[in-house]
Amino acid sequence: MDWGTILGNAISQIASPTTAAYALAAIGISVHFGYTGLLNFGQAGFMAIGAYAFAIATLGFGWPVWAALLMVILASVVFAFILGLPTLRLRADYLAIVTIAAAEIVRYVVSTTGLTPVTGGASGLSGFSGGFYALNPIPEGTYGFGPFTYTADGWWVRIVGWTLVAIATVLVWLLMRSPWGRVVKGIREDEDAVRSLGKNVYSYKMQSLVLGGVLGGLAGFVFILPRAVQPGNYGTALTFFIYTLLLLGGAATVFGPIVGAMIFWVVLSLSNGIIVGLVESGIVSFLTPDQAGQIRFIIVGVALMLLVIFRPQGIFGNKKELSFSV
Amino acid sequence: MSDTAVASHPLVDGAVGPGCKKVDPIVVADGVTRQFGGLKAVDVEHVEIPRGQITALIGPNGAGKTTFFNLLTGFDKPNTGSWSFEGRSLARVPAFKVARAGMVRTFQLTKSLGRLTVLQNMLLGATKQGGENFFTAIVKPLWAKREDEITKRAEDLLTRFKLDAKKDDYAASLSGGQRKLLEMARALMSEPTLVMLDEPMAGVNPALTQSLLGHIRGLKEEGMSVLFVEHDMHMVRHISDWVIVMAEGRIVAEGPPETVMTDQAVIDAYLGAHHDEDLGEMEVELDLPTVEEAEAAAEKKHEQQEGNH
Amino acid sequence: MRLAVPPALRMPRGLTLIVATFVAAVAMVLGLGVAGASATSATPAPPAEGAQFTVGGIIQAGPGNPIEGAEVLVEGNGIEETGVTGADGRWSVALPGPGEYTATLDPDSLPEGIEPTQPDNLTRQVNASTTSTINLLFPVGEEGAAPVVRDEGALLADRIWTQVVNGIIFGLFLALAAIGISLIFGTTGLNNFAHGEMVTFGAIVFWFLSAAFREMAFPLNVILAGVITLVASGAFGWAQDAGIHKPLRSRGVKLVQAMIVTIGLSLAVRYVFVIIFGTGDQTLNVGFSGAVDIGAARVSWTSVASAIISAVILVLVGLFLTRTRIGKATRAVSDNASLAAASGINVDRIIRIVWVLAGTLTGLSGVLYGLYRGVSWDMGFQILLLLFAAVTLGGLGSAFGALVGALFIGLATEVSAVWLPNDLRYAIALVILILVLLVRPQGFLGRKERIG
Ligand SMILES: Nc1ncnc2c1ncn2[C@@H]1O[C@H](COP(=O)(O)OP(=O)(O)O)[C@@H](O)[C@H]1O
Ligand SMILES: [Mg+2]
Repeated sequence: MDWGTILGNAISQIASPTTAAYALAAIGISVHFGYTGLLNFGQAGFMAIGAYAFAIATLGFGWPVWAALLMVILASVVFAFILGLPTLRLRADYLAIVTIAAAEIVRYVVSTTGLTPVTGGASGLSGFSGGFYALNPIPEGTYGFGPFTYTADGWWVRIVGWTLVAIATVLVWLLMRSPWGRVVKGIREDEDAVRSLGKNVYSYKMQSLVLGGVLGGLAGFVFILPRAVQPGNYGTALTFFIYTLLLLGGAATVFGPIVGAMIFWVVLSLSNGIIVGLVESGIVSFLTPDQAGQIRFIIVGVALMLLVIFRPQGIFGNKKELSFSV
Repeated sequence: MSDTAVASHPLVDGAVGPGCKKVDPIVVADGVTRQFGGLKAVDVEHVEIPRGQITALIGPNGAGKTTFFNLLTGFDKPNTGSWSFEGRSLARVPAFKVARAGMVRTFQLTKSLGRLTVLQNMLLGATKQGGENFFTAIVKPLWAKREDEITKRAEDLLTRFKLDAKKDDYAASLSGGQRKLLEMARALMSEPTLVMLDEPMAGVNPALTQSLLGHIRGLKEEGMSVLFVEHDMHMVRHISDWVIVMAEGRIVAEGPPETVMTDQAVIDAYLGAHHDEDLGEMEVELDLPTVEEAEAAAEKKHEQQEGNH
Repeated sequence: MRLAVPPALRMPRGLTLIVATFVAAVAMVLGLGVAGASATSATPAPPAEGAQFTVGGIIQAGPGNPIEGAEVLVEGNGIEETGVTGADGRWSVALPGPGEYTATLDPDSLPEGIEPTQPDNLTRQVNASTTSTINLLFPVGEEGAAPVVRDEGALLADRIWTQVVNGIIFGLFLALAAIGISLIFGTTGLNNFAHGEMVTFGAIVFWFLSAAFREMAFPLNVILAGVITLVASGAFGWAQDAGIHKPLRSRGVKLVQAMIVTIGLSLAVRYVFVIIFGTGDQTLNVGFSGAVDIGAARVSWTSVASAIISAVILVLVGLFLTRTRIGKATRAVSDNASLAAASGINVDRIIRIVWVLAGTLTGLSGVLYGLYRGVSWDMGFQILLLLFAAVTLGGLGSAFGALVGALFIGLATEVSAVWLPNDLRYAIALVILILVLLVRPQGFLGRKERIG
């Protein structure tokens, strides 16, 4: 087993654009679930909407990057309204069911054969990021040290991804220390009480849904920069990965989503590397390499269960809140 | 059927009786009904709540008091009916607008916001906060001044309700009685004109009831009108200016506290027909359940309700 | 985590009764099916009819004029097979599993003087997914004569009818699983996201067992495999309550948390299935063959028997809930748990029974659904949202509502496939769900909740 490569791969996950995308999506879920108490189980749908909006605006309409990004935001806002209008007056579980259903509808629709000219059908879209990399101000070459050595484009996508994460973190922090944040946190605790104090709960929930959804859409944009858009990536498992890492870091904490995303990917890459290494070196003989690749899902599933039972406030969350649980 | 000696009263315009006209009403409701399946939980033909007074709404369990509160405050929708608050129709107005109009309620099962601090709970009650707007919220200087004002007011109220020592604790760490106090104090943050309290004493430690009574009286002195639901007849007689009795969804009697207890309709409502005892002498029975039992029951009900959500 | 390995199942008396009835019903219905099957197999059935997925149809030049010897080439998913029409004009080809296929009518195989009336439309796309028997129509007519196609309306009516029959069958399978979700939600308030895995569990266990019992004679293998599967499925439900949800309830863990726990469980269990079962589709062949025409729809006897079993079991569940003491107690707990507890009902015991019952019903649903469309590691997860849609439409927590909702969803998904591309039919069910929530949030039969 090549421990150097396994460790190097794991460590490099800390800064990877995928980690940034997950962190961004998780900040969105922290706004929904952590602060407002909205059970959005369709974050994968928001990411798909963002990804396809960017790719289609670029490939289909030939729009420049900034316009495609506006499209990402607009599409996420519209999607949030579609989800929110029927459900935000209802009990929390309805939102859960409707959001997860809507995310699946999005996946079915973008992969349907009839829409292949627009969405690429089951094989998805690629070749949309030329405009984005053309904006890269960094001269060609390779920079960095150790596992953090990237090409100019590698740096560019990381800089943009993590800058978006930083902006989102600051924005959410500013909002949550304000009276606006107080209202949404109140809604998380008991929306009838907040309603009885003269706050338009429906409107606040909608604002929160839109904010977190736009962050999810932007996460979809970051997610596809290093890869193609493929409908298979936006299954429900993606949403639950995001919940797992958010619960890992702490659902209602400022840095929880970032720390959670980093730990999540480092641990996943590490365990995956070790298991695959064990299988390939013949130490573990009852698994095929393919099966070894699936173990990560089992690990995530079990981790999600353990976290939510034993540390619902996250591994770094506030001890005091533990006594009242979620 | 009424054998009350009092035929008139300074608060009343005309003869005293169920649904009688008030000299200066703050709430006037007409034909309000609410049906749950086959059960008509509320069926109020006409009722008026006097302004600037403390009005008690009493009646046996299941009489429809909470449902009537829910209807008046927009938390539930009636099958029929209309009502006005300070002359303005509030039928089919959403709950948050009712609260903004100055009609603020508390809940039978306390709804303190557990993972907010006591002070944050209070601040949430304040109105006219620019910082509650999404865009203004981002820029602190735009709302810092108002935040200071309401923090000051919140601290004053907390001192009055003897919760100032707890202001930075999570509301979830308070006792049941303290939560009731907090909920009442929070409702006052919005400077309402009518305060509606649903069983403010249920589950409250006896040591606290006296001060709660004082607070309710204080509200009246500050010019607010109070409508409260209560089971404790002793307390009702002690602080209310007017009593409205509900049974099986209807208003069955009204009157000043001294005389309404002797009304045959009230005795019937509580004890079923064919009793001729004076309710005043029935206090022991009517005080049931004891405070401890009530507190335990309230906690249990609360847990179960949370479990259902 | 204490993933409890189920010890010997201690079943309450009422439940033993149910299970016994259950087994008897399965045996009875299968026995009934056998009679039917042997009747059809008396005439040599085309080889296709025993398989799980078939594509076929009738080729006739007008009513009462079937064409014999016409050839249809079916390609895709690694097969290339020709179906030839018999004296009745019928042809059919067995498909190895779900997937995309094409079917092409060979115009040269038609007898002299007969030609296709739509010469440009000889190749059809076939998407085999949930529907196991796919009917294709290749209209043909006398050469030169004005094309005597069966009029469009009648063709459409036939297709709709076929999908209605399929929809009812599918809806019945959904109902078995949906009632499980509904009972668990009703008694505990929990939305169980691991319910899809309970469907898959039943199908996979049954698949392993039917492979293990391959040597055994036909009815015995199915009955034995079925009974063991149902017991195992009940034990799976038992284990989820005993190992996870009972402890969570005693810890006072909130429902949202418990729901996320079921999501984690769903993910973990699903990939355990991948590791032990693989990602391929497997057909369940129990050696039960034959098909029957219900109007224009051709349905395999397996599906007919499965539908009858579902219907019988659903009736039994209904009787259980309304007639037996435990059933009434279950409804009392759903209505108001603390009131039920106060009136002497052992709520935890009822919840345990509900989990076992839900596990058994859902496992059965998995077996039947697996017989219908094959077994795969994520078959249950794929229909989980349809189950939620069914339960929500019917009104969360109402068992009867779940039945109505499931039939509605089954019909909606299958019938919409007449007009919509196949890959969008689940989407249609979810769109309906969202629309219904807009109009009637408490579902068809649900109640509003209390405030205050
Ligand atoms: N959401 C509801 N669904 C069905 N019945 C209800 C609902 N809310 C209240 N009820 C019924 O209406 C009647 C009045 O209840 P409530 O207003 O709570 O009485 P009170 O507050 O006077 O004790 C009771 O019989 C109660 O069971
Ligand atoms: Mg009440």
